[in-house]
Amino acid sequence: MAGAWRYPGIRPRATFGRRLDRAARAGFPATCTVLTMLITQAPFGIPGQSVLLPSVTLASVWFWSLFRPSSMPPPTVFGIGVLMELLGYLPLGVGVLTLLLAHGIAVRWRRFLGQQGFAVTWLVFMPVAAGAALLSWVLVAALTLRLLPPGLSVFQGVLSGVLYPVLAIPLAWLHRAFAEADAD
Amino acid sequence: MIRLSIPARQALSKLTLPVLVVAAFGLMLLGKADTVIAERARMALNDALGPIYAVLAEPLGAVNASIAEAGNLMHLRSENARLRQENEYLRRWQTIALALDAENARLKGSLNWIPDPPANFVTARVVADAGGVYARAALLAVGPNHTVRKGQIALDERGLIGRVTEVGARTARVLLITDLNSRIPVTMETSRARAILVGTNGARPRLLYWPEGVQPREGERIVTSAEANAFPANLLIGTVHFSQSGVPEVEPFALLQRLEIVRIFDYGMGGVTAPEAPQKSTPGRH
Repeated sequence: MAGAWRYPGIRPRATFGRRLDRAARAGFPATCTVLTMLITQAPFGIPGQSVLLPSVTLASVWFWSLFRPSSMPPPTVFGIGVLMELLGYLPLGVGVLTLLLAHGIAVRWRRFLGQQGFAVTWLVFMPVAAGAALLSWVLVAALTLRLLPPGLSVFQGVLSGVLYPVLAIPLAWLHRAFAEADAD
Repeated sequence: MIRLSIPARQALSKLTLPVLVVAAFGLMLLGKADTVIAERARMALNDALGPIYAVLAEPLGAVNASIAEAGNLMHLRSENARLRQENEYLRRWQTIALALDAENARLKGSLNWIPDPPANFVTARVVADAGGVYARAALLAVGPNHTVRKGQIALDERGLIGRVTEVGARTARVLLITDLNSRIPVTMETSRARAILVGTNGARPRLLYWPEGVQPREGERIVTSAEANAFPANLLIGTVHFSQSGVPEVEPFALLQRLEIVRIFDYGMGGVTAPEAPQKSTPGRH
């Protein structure tokens, strides 16, 4: 398993059950993100529901990149980005790029952010969400060669910021429940 | 698993992110070069997820309906008074409409008018918003043995909502008239002048390219035009409303924000359809 090489020493034999358990723990962040994404697409009939998908995806990727980067590696972020583009009818590549950049920022700053409280992670996330909304707006405009009305993109940036605590509090609880020794 | 030295592993893990960022740009180019790939992948994904959302749609619809019902109960009295008034008003209009209908039939009879062929339609449930942040569209569950084709016309009980743009095995995607890519030939009902209805992704599409000497009027009804053979004539779309900056926009009759049940009409129109996959391109103008 990934990570095992880092800790030499005696450990219990990797039985099937133990391996399954490890795989479930390792795959939990990605599965959780994908399920949340699919739920946002369910027919709730809320006006402006389409904005939920990019906001929720960004918040989820940010959270797991910050607290469990070994379970949210760049290839997983790439896959989640492609799924977001397909579900959200974004031009290909736009969602992938914004998510990868957000992931990069989270991983780079996690030493600092990990020591701070929840409020600081949230405060740092807000400009990241605004930047992601702006970047995807610019990219879509450049790819479609059209000036798009900025209303929904602004809404997307604001919604990501507002939704983060709503998403992060249950995720933090799940994170503790599914705790795994994470060395990075 | 291949055993690599620790520095090599660290170098590799540092490289993944930049390589994937470059891959994202590659994906953008691919999406630009070949739009069919994304469309196919989306329809395959929709076909897989469509049945799940269709199952979810019923309980969620019931919940929404009961919430709306609770809201209605609050305003029962005032609503009742308003409806009584409106009913009286509509009764007057009904007599006028019936008289005009009879007169119209008589006149058509005396002119040997060729009647428009009746259109077939199927009714489908909207299972998901297929638009996202930068597009306006709806995903319909049409069942495995459907007859829905690209270019067919979608209406709700009030007016035009759009055209079918993508068809999968179980689902179909309808591009709404408010979408940025939507262009619809329309007629202004009083002046009979032609114009184009252009979607802006906002709630109200814009009216453009009307002839010189004609000005759209506030409250004027807009209907489809049979020009370009993409739509039958005289399908209701909405009413003209001038925005604050003086741009004529159209307030759609259809409840585009809350679509639930949609009828898809087959008028046999083949004028302008979106280009298909390369191997079977549709004849006609683009």
